[in-house]
Amino acid sequence: MTLEEIKNRLQSGVPGCQVELVVNGSPSGQNSLLIDRDHGFAAATLLCDQIQLDFCSNVTAVDWPDREKTDKIKTKQTVDGVEKEIERTIKTRIPGYLEVVYHLFSMSKHLGPVVIRMRTGNRSDDVTVPSLTPIWRSAEFQEREAFDLYGVVFEGHPDLRRILMWEGFTDYPMRKDYVPPPDDELEGLREQ
Amino acid sequence: MLGLGIVKGLIETARNFLGSYVDKNRLVTVQFPEERLPVAEAARNFPFLIYDGVDPEQGLRCVACQICEKECPPRCITIEKSKDKKPDFVGKSQFYPAVFDIDVSVCMSCQICVEVCPFDAIRMDNEFELSTTDRFGGLLWTKEKLARPNEHYLAIHPTEAAEVEARRAEEKAQAEAKKQQAAVTQ
Amino acid sequence: MSQVAEDIMEISMGPQHPSTHGVFRMDVRLEGERVLRLKPVFGYLHRNHEKIAENASYLAAIPYTDRLDYLCSMTNNWGYALAVEKLAGLAVPERAEYIRVIVAELTRLQNHAGMVGFLLQDMGASGTPLMYAFTQREKVLDLFEELSGARMMCNYMRFGGVRVDCSPEWLRQTAALVAAFGGFLDEFEQLLTGNEILMARTQGVGVLPQELAINAGVTGPGLRASGVNYDLRKVDRYGIYERFQFRVPLGEHGDVFDRYMMRVLEMRESVKILEQALRDIPSGPVMDPKAKVRGLRPKVGEAYARIESPKGELGFYLISDGTPNPYRYRVRPPSLINLTVLEDMCLGQNIADVVVILGSIDIVMGEVDR
Repeated sequence: MTLEEIKNRLQSGVPGCQVELVVNGSPSGQNSLLIDRDHGFAAATLLCDQIQLDFCSNVTAVDWPDREKTDKIKTKQTVDGVEKEIERTIKTRIPGYLEVVYHLFSMSKHLGPVVIRMRTGNRSDDVTVPSLTPIWRSAEFQEREAFDLYGVVFEGHPDLRRILMWEGFTDYPMRKDYVPPPDDELEGLREQ
Repeated sequence: MLGLGIVKGLIETARNFLGSYVDKNRLVTVQFPEERLPVAEAARNFPFLIYDGVDPEQGLRCVACQICEKECPPRCITIEKSKDKKPDFVGKSQFYPAVFDIDVSVCMSCQICVEVCPFDAIRMDNEFELSTTDRFGGLLWTKEKLARPNEHYLAIHPTEAAEVEARRAEEKAQAEAKKQQAAVTQ
Repeated sequence: MSQVAEDIMEISMGPQHPSTHGVFRMDVRLEGERVLRLKPVFGYLHRNHEKIAENASYLAAIPYTDRLDYLCSMTNNWGYALAVEKLAGLAVPERAEYIRVIVAELTRLQNHAGMVGFLLQDMGASGTPLMYAFTQREKVLDLFEELSGARMMCNYMRFGGVRVDCSPEWLRQTAALVAAFGGFLDEFEQLLTGNEILMARTQGVGVLPQELAINAGVTGPGLRASGVNYDLRKVDRYGIYERFQFRVPLGEHGDVFDRYMMRVLEMRESVKILEQALRDIPSGPVMDPKAKVRGLRPKVGEAYARIESPKGELGFYLISDGTPNPYRYRVRPPSLINLTVLEDMCLGQNIADVVVILGSIDIVMGEVDR
């Protein structure tokens, strides 16, 4: 079953679901499906029940911080009666988001990786995505890890708390703008 | 009979115990440090710098290209280039490291510095009895502590060193031939 | 009823414990000796390996992969090399593929022998089966030292091949080890498999039903002990595994005894693969001579590659943005995912069985915490 067919099944099976094919540039050829957050749970239920993708192998989060894109555009402008081509640089700010990627396989049918992605609104206050743990139990610890290290909140997760960092830790270590605290032990000894 | 499995297991244990008196393969314990197993040729522990000849300052092969410093995964190598140059084994003028420090408490013996060095200047030693009581100074090895003569390299890694020697002899011969040609044409 | 409530005890089988296979903690709620609830707590060995790899180049991340599942460094290296080769589109020469299979199966042998030894140690056998397994493991580690330079942190695989070639002498020694391994396994089984104490402590203990195993993402020998025929060497056929004839053992009950037998049977199958690989290995280069050792810059894109490591499915997910450092580097650790079902397997069992069940899952904390 190709990714196109799966996309069509999702769009017909889950009304209102927005599915986009994200093409992968590398020679691995593993394209992925970007599913919108509101229909993520219904789409995943369809993938598990109807397409028999019963094995969720890998759940990971990726941090895409705010980026600035500079475009150089050539426009024609009349200056002093002469038409000249002027280059203008336009800077657009692309807002950042956190992305959750799921790699799904089928143990019964030996199907290859089906990669689905879901994106949050932004990196600060709109960081929820639906949890797929009720469908695939293997996502339980991995979603907890994505919450711990990235700050993605999974709605519907049975037990969402920190898994690798200690309770009471407040930052998100895997984000791109994480600054580790100063190494107290070494600094104290260097002074000696 | 209940317990037959345990009896068979005990026979197995007895076979190993009594067999260790007669069969060398069953006596597996090596009484270190009185007995030692021979060290494998490829075994690696921490790096050392090679110098040719007898003077560690003059004969040091390292030209401070800083590739090992960039590629080292835990970044344990610190190099400072010298201001002047000195000739290397083919006669070309090269920089040399004024400071070459390896923090051995950070080094993870991965051997990537050896792999990427283009000048055969750094190799892996195989000494492992290196404990020291000074936690910071004793484990920060400077250029003086790291430099070892080429004979040491030939002694610990003979097959590798033979190949390196052959290659360097060829390069030297080629450089000599070029110099002679240049002298003839002048 | 208040009498029963007074018997409930909450114990932390804390991080410093001789039987928890590393720094691993379990919060166990007990009624007498029966387990009512078990929550695993880990993160004591968390070194943020994924962030280190984001700040280092692709080559510099290889020694860090050794330290994930520190008992099986060769297969960790292979998983990562496979992911980068998929990402960058690199091809591997024949001889390097054979060497990869040989060292991977040797890794599987020493891992499974060690696992059985540690399982018996957890059951109270005071080290005798462990030391017998370790005699063989030491021979395998000596082979690794001669080949790659280090016993455990091998740092051997490179993108597009392996680091150095093996000598004919090394192949002879490996063949001698493989020839003697069958005899060792016979002795080991005579010591263990028919043992009534082992059977009483492991049969019917820690049963993992098949549907739960698939849904919880359990992979490796634990999954096959529950009867699911899913071995990545047969499913994905990565490397050159399709050229070798070997069977995949399956269990019936999914209890600790089945998981123990999986390891023993898989060791026998690995011996078969090794015999075939050592017989068929061709001569040739082990790395593309034009391939760059340092400075790899794959195109923008992503790749996910997985291998059948001795613990389960070890996957690496890489996102590249065209720079020499990966943008996102993710390890899919089999030990962490296999721990999802620890609570389900331990409910209703005695606390002594918790240790045995944990030993049968075969976890290494370097992989769980990364």
